[in-house]
Amino acid sequence: MEFSVDLVVNAVIAGLLLGGFYAAVTAGISISFGMLDIVNIAHPAFIIVGSYIAYIASASLGIDPIIVSILMLPFFYALGALIYQIYYISFEKRGQESLRGLAFFFGLLFVTEVILILVFGVDYRSVDAIYIGPSLRLGPVEFPLRLLVPCAVALAMFAGLQLFLGRSFIGRAVMAVSQDPLALRLMAVDPTRIKRIAFGISIATASMAGAFLIVIQPVIPSVGRDYIGRIFAICVLGGLGSLPGTLIAAFLLGVIESLTSTLYGPSWAPAVSFGILLLTLAVRPSGLLGR
Amino acid sequence: MRTPFFALCATAVALALYLLFRFYGNDYLFFAGYTVLQYIVLASAWNILGGYCGYVNFGSAGFFAIGAYTGVFLYTVNQSIDDLFSEPVAAVMHVIFPLPLPVIILIGGIMAGLVGLGTGYLTLRLRGVFFAIATLALAVVLQTLIVNWSFVGGSRGAYVIPPNTVPIFGPYIQYLFCLMLALVVIALTLARLIERSRLGFGFATIRDDELAAEAAGVPTLRLKLIATTLSGALMGMAGVPFAYYIGYTEPGSVFDLSYAVNSIAMPMIGGTTSWLGPLIGAILLGTLQQVATVTISSVANLLIVGLLLIGFVIVAPNGIVGLVQNWLRMRIKS
Repeated sequence: MEFSVDLVVNAVIAGLLLGGFYAAVTAGISISFGMLDIVNIAHPAFIIVGSYIAYIASASLGIDPIIVSILMLPFFYALGALIYQIYYISFEKRGQESLRGLAFFFGLLFVTEVILILVFGVDYRSVDAIYIGPSLRLGPVEFPLRLLVPCAVALAMFAGLQLFLGRSFIGRAVMAVSQDPLALRLMAVDPTRIKRIAFGISIATASMAGAFLIVIQPVIPSVGRDYIGRIFAICVLGGLGSLPGTLIAAFLLGVIESLTSTLYGPSWAPAVSFGILLLTLAVRPSGLLGR
Repeated sequence: MRTPFFALCATAVALALYLLFRFYGNDYLFFAGYTVLQYIVLASAWNILGGYCGYVNFGSAGFFAIGAYTGVFLYTVNQSIDDLFSEPVAAVMHVIFPLPLPVIILIGGIMAGLVGLGTGYLTLRLRGVFFAIATLALAVVLQTLIVNWSFVGGSRGAYVIPPNTVPIFGPYIQYLFCLMLALVVIALTLARLIERSRLGFGFATIRDDELAAEAAGVPTLRLKLIATTLSGALMGMAGVPFAYYIGYTEPGSVFDLSYAVNSIAMPMIGGTTSWLGPLIGAILLGTLQQVATVTISSVANLLIVGLLLIGFVIVAPNGIVGLVQNWLRMRIKS
């Protein structure tokens, strides 16, 4: 095939933009899996729910999908807190999170997908916004706005999360609960409450990630499954619980995937994340910036 | 009960079931029954790793598909021997092919077992949850490979046209049904054998406290790899006849998430600690789904399975077997 510098440069740019979006998608898992040790494999399902909410609001009320997702943050936060409460009472308290807790989230993933299929059918849904379609040109390099806008907002969200976790009291408590819940309890902080808040935040990020997703590509209920391998690959590659590591890994995966689909065809792209996941687990299980 | 005697009993029950279907049933019963039997094998296979060792495998669909596509591959090779090989080799191949279905089932089992071993070796040395995540992604990658592999049909799918009838068994579906019955007997006997052997006790120590088991000298990694390989091989064997059952194999139907969900939900609902649990769960859920597919819709029955799974893991963590055990204990006490 024709191998040109322009093609590669554009693929790398598209990959970087995609990476910003992947970072937003993975942020929630980085918190729940990396910091709280809750293997929430249902996370992609909540992202798709976010996509469909953005779709409904944008189709019926004409509101911008990303603004909708920001308005929906409290709702997703409450949902996350509720799910954590169920999870805590049914599994964590009884010490059964490894087998039954996983099965619980798997069931949640599956049920959410089936309900979405029952309500919306299996047609592709997409949204309208002014930044979908046009692109910014700098010489031979093209920045599609539908990738650029989600990437920019995602990075802002990511920076916000990092600031919150690093600077605020609750954020630091979240970091602490991932390291030593007992010590936290001795400091008179309830680890369950902190975990509930953190899980709520992790699900809240799904709202925004969902809106980004439907801006970038049309969505069907089963598309969430493609993201399971991706987000866990990024999370593990970045190092569990490390947000900066997640960001680097997201950019890396975005670029590699974009190059793969440009050079070998898009049908090979899904295999990239799994390859990276296996490679990371085999060579450096603690990830790039793991503790 | 000794294992050989158990195997004999199971075979007798299987034979009785076949004869009952043969003389009082119709072809539809065989078609529907085949699906339920397939789920018994999948659920029992999942339970060897999930129930006994406590390691979750989300990739049942992937292992199942390895089996199914082994069937497709060998069938396609047989169809195109003269195009693929030079004349002397083709003459030899014509003697070997077409392979009888039981042999293909064995090959499919070996392939799936090897994939299980490989995945397990890469991920089981770390925290258990990595294995679960890897199996989740495994199905996606295998699907990518199959979609890009045009020899077995790629994303278009491939036809496998079985003969209409088989000597002794009559219609081909009855032959498939009997093969699946045999696999069920094998899977149940194997599960029961493991449960009562040193191997099973080793598995149980891993499930209850892996660190303590390791400290006490249990070779945990080796045991986990044995469980992964056995479990994967059984799933692969369950998948091979599927290509012949459905006739037209395409990635979407073989990698269907419902296989993964069902093979987790059935043992969870039945009870994970004994061979009886997956059997009960598979018969109940499998039959329920057959009925629901006909009477309501195929999407609705998946919803039922998912909700049952969530409900059972929250309310009855030990499944139906656990509920019955509790009830018996209560009666003895009172």
